[in-house]
Amino acid sequence: MEYGFTTAAYVVAAILFILSLGGLSGQESAKRAVWYGIAGMALAVAATLAGPGASLWLLSVVLIFAGGAGGWLVAQRVQMTEMPQLVAAMHSLVGLAAVLIGINTHAELAAVTGLTEEARAALTGFAALIAHKTGVEVSILRVETFLGIFIGAVTFTGSVIAYGKLAGKVDTKATKLPGGHLLNAGAAALSLVLLLVYLNTGSTLALVVMTLAALFIGYHLIMGIGGADMPVVVSMLNSYSGWAAAAIGFSLSNDLLIVVGALVGSSGAILSYIMCKAMNRSFVSVILGGFGNTAGPAMEVTGEQIAIDAEGVAAALNDADSVIIIPGYGMAVAQAQQSVSELTRKLRAKGKTVRFAIHPVAGRLPGHMNVLLAEAKVPYDIVLEMDEINEDFPQTDVAIVIGSNDIVNPAAQEDPNSPIAGMPVLECWKAKQVFVSKRGQGTGYSGIENPLFYKENTRMFYGDAKKSLDALLPMID
Amino acid sequence: MKIGAPKEIYEGEARVAMTPDSAVQLQKLGHACLIESGAGAKAGFSDAAYAAAGVTVVPDAASVFTLADVVVKVRGPERSEAEHLRQGQTLISFFWPAQNADLLDLCKDKGATVIAMDMVPRISRAQKMDALSSMANIAGYRAVIEAGSNFGRFFTGQVTAAGKVPPAKVLIVGAGVAGLAAIGTATSLGAITYAFDVRPEVAEQIESMGANFVFLEFEATQDGAATGGYAAPSSPEFREKQLAKFRDLAPDMDIVITTALIPGRPAPKLWTEDMVRLMKPGSVIVDLAAERGGNCDLTVPDQKIVTDNGVTIVGYTDFPSRMAAQASTLYSTNIRHMLTDLTPKKDGVIVQNMEDDVIRGATVTHDGAITFPPPPPKIAAIAAAKPKEKPKELTPVERRAQETAAFRKQTISQVGLLVVGGALLLALGLVAPASFMQHFIVFVLSVFIGFSVIWNVSHSLHTPLMAVTNAISSIIILGALLQIGSGSWLIGLLAALAIVMAGVNIFGGFMVTRRMLAMFQKS
Repeated sequence: MEYGFTTAAYVVAAILFILSLGGLSGQESAKRAVWYGIAGMALAVAATLAGPGASLWLLSVVLIFAGGAGGWLVAQRVQMTEMPQLVAAMHSLVGLAAVLIGINTHAELAAVTGLTEEARAALTGFAALIAHKTGVEVSILRVETFLGIFIGAVTFTGSVIAYGKLAGKVDTKATKLPGGHLLNAGAAALSLVLLLVYLNTGSTLALVVMTLAALFIGYHLIMGIGGADMPVVVSMLNSYSGWAAAAIGFSLSNDLLIVVGALVGSSGAILSYIMCKAMNRSFVSVILGGFGNTAGPAMEVTGEQIAIDAEGVAAALNDADSVIIIPGYGMAVAQAQQSVSELTRKLRAKGKTVRFAIHPVAGRLPGHMNVLLAEAKVPYDIVLEMDEINEDFPQTDVAIVIGSNDIVNPAAQEDPNSPIAGMPVLECWKAKQVFVSKRGQGTGYSGIENPLFYKENTRMFYGDAKKSLDALLPMID
Repeated sequence: MKIGAPKEIYEGEARVAMTPDSAVQLQKLGHACLIESGAGAKAGFSDAAYAAAGVTVVPDAASVFTLADVVVKVRGPERSEAEHLRQGQTLISFFWPAQNADLLDLCKDKGATVIAMDMVPRISRAQKMDALSSMANIAGYRAVIEAGSNFGRFFTGQVTAAGKVPPAKVLIVGAGVAGLAAIGTATSLGAITYAFDVRPEVAEQIESMGANFVFLEFEATQDGAATGGYAAPSSPEFREKQLAKFRDLAPDMDIVITTALIPGRPAPKLWTEDMVRLMKPGSVIVDLAAERGGNCDLTVPDQKIVTDNGVTIVGYTDFPSRMAAQASTLYSTNIRHMLTDLTPKKDGVIVQNMEDDVIRGATVTHDGAITFPPPPPKIAAIAAAKPKEKPKELTPVERRAQETAAFRKQTISQVGLLVVGGALLLALGLVAPASFMQHFIVFVLSVFIGFSVIWNVSHSLHTPLMAVTNAISSIIILGALLQIGSGSWLIGLLAALAIVMAGVNIFGGFMVTRRMLAMFQKS
């Protein structure tokens, strides 16, 4: 059973998907790139429905649109600050779908193996594909199915937990069951043993037990990772959902699934790599959760945190020529992006240079801050990456830190014993004056004292970021 | 004490060392003031105005020299004037002691104290009596005005109904006080202004006044701070480079104002005859250094000449005097500040404190002895420029070696990866059936494409990237679509569920990506 036109459509769809990802290199071309993605998806689905998946096409279309309506509604309503949760939730769906399809493949395989030669010849559709497989091919198919289900299950529970943590429904602290990583390792070892069992016997029980073990790994792994490492987690899950799709593609002998799964998988892997590099931590240490033990006692922080009120900040801003704003997760939590945008607009109207410095791991999702600032209509050409702007701090009059902590911690450079030593940070303390908008005197996610707050040119602007900025706005003239 | 100002006898000199305003201030210090009748007339100050300010008007210079304890003047004394000086009398004026040794001897012999306004050291405290600067400021301004009156076009560019007027291009050589004043005047008139100085540290000052600094690439540039903020003579090589630069600029420039002076030396020749020939007809050169021989070869001191190719060269030496009212006001204020320092108790008693850097520096004769040149001041005029730390420049050979090493390292790691990857693929191909390998090749190539494409994604678009990869990862729907038609009800149900979930993802993912991307706006 060959469908030449379906394969042709898949090739076109694969190219469209590649163009879609490639187009994200620039803000303007990205707008076109989404349409490539949509066209690719529509083409792939239509070609499948018209070809090998034609048997229940009407039901399929109805189901797609039923699901689509739900997705549409959610996408319309979601707040930009909730984007990390949404992305995590969507990953969980892909993971679950991969598990279901994997189980189906297994069921089909089990059904087909039980049939006689004559009955096999009479089969149509997907079952026929399996029926024609030789012994070695069946073994490979089992490995592929097994892997698909395993990765899918890890992605599913992992994403659900990530969603819970990002949405604040699960405690964001890193928590582990007694036994810690040994439990994960045990579950993984068990899965490996089950793979061998399944490979030889095709036992349903082995598959089910493995699924449960994988679900546990996903749950426990992500529970053990703290809130600020979520950018890495989310991109890692993104990667997993891709690899799950690729594994399913192998088991179904579907090249398009393989291509797209590989694209998504590598995309997520690169994002994880970028995030880890930005935190100067290895991928393994992030995934294993928490910070490693340090070599010696942390440097003593001396001095005191000096508070300032809105009038003081306004006076400094009115005098300043150049301002750099460093937003962090605190800005997202306080929903302060509109106020930040208004402040930027006012300062720019007075002819001051206002720019934004974005650390790669600011927020809870790669590029989180960019999206929030874009939502608040901050022009993207004044929003710069760390490497682009770090050298400009010494010539800057005022740096405003809004709800970020570890990414502006000078201890990363000054204290070799600090847990974050060597992590690239925004050198805001080199500006002539630094204002830190912060809720209270607490430490950041990593629990590390931030010497920035004690520097002579730093003033603490305590309070909720949105309220503080709203108090500041009328004083900028 | 009595302070008297005689009429300036130097031909054409219109300034006066005392104005009615400064006299009022001097009287507050406990001094009495005298002035020769008609001394302020050319600067616009009448005898009546002086009288109204409480100044005694005396009929001739001789009376001033007889009656006054302190004689204040603008120009240095002529011999005839110096003859009038007497034991214990103080003369305050420009003097140029280095060039006027005879006059200095005469004053010493007469036993008078001479305070030379041109010898006031350049330290912050003495700025208020720095008459050279205040006169240079006027000269710089006036130079542009003189240039303008001899230049047939606008300074500023204009587009009018009667045609387009290009802006004048002005080059100012030497960015001392006069040069900076000229820059300010020329730019505020709308000219495109260029300025050159041998001291690279003044580039910032030049640019702050709105002119373009003519940069000269030269290694051993001098540190002006070592010479009290004045320029020092430059090496022949530097001079050659400098002249070459000027030769480049000459054809473009409409107005050239030269202000280059080195203390105690004739003016350096910077604008040679051939440069004048290169200039367009109608161009103007104003040589502020004319009194000291001129920066331009063709300058005739005190005259305005027009060369054969129609370039006007203004060689006046009396720019401050041409603005006598303004110059007198500023100069008399400098004198007044000097007297304030000389009268510390404000009781009309002059104390010649030779421990004071400023007074010591400016005093050239005192108590029958020549006190010139003064010892170096205790405070350096300007903080010495810190030696600049240059990042170590790699030689081309070193750089090439580095690049080659990096390239080799990259090649080794790439080849290594390829070999290992290839070996693994081969090993897999030995056991796996051909049908699997076909898909596997597709997989490997896709990972490859994925990596090269994703590296180019802009950092700010990482969230949209995640959303869009999310949407397309629901391509997994194809698997469910294939399976839903299978006979088994269980398989059908699970496939249906998978389809719904993927459907949520497809629509949700693309939708939210579009929403996000629509928000990115350029300013």
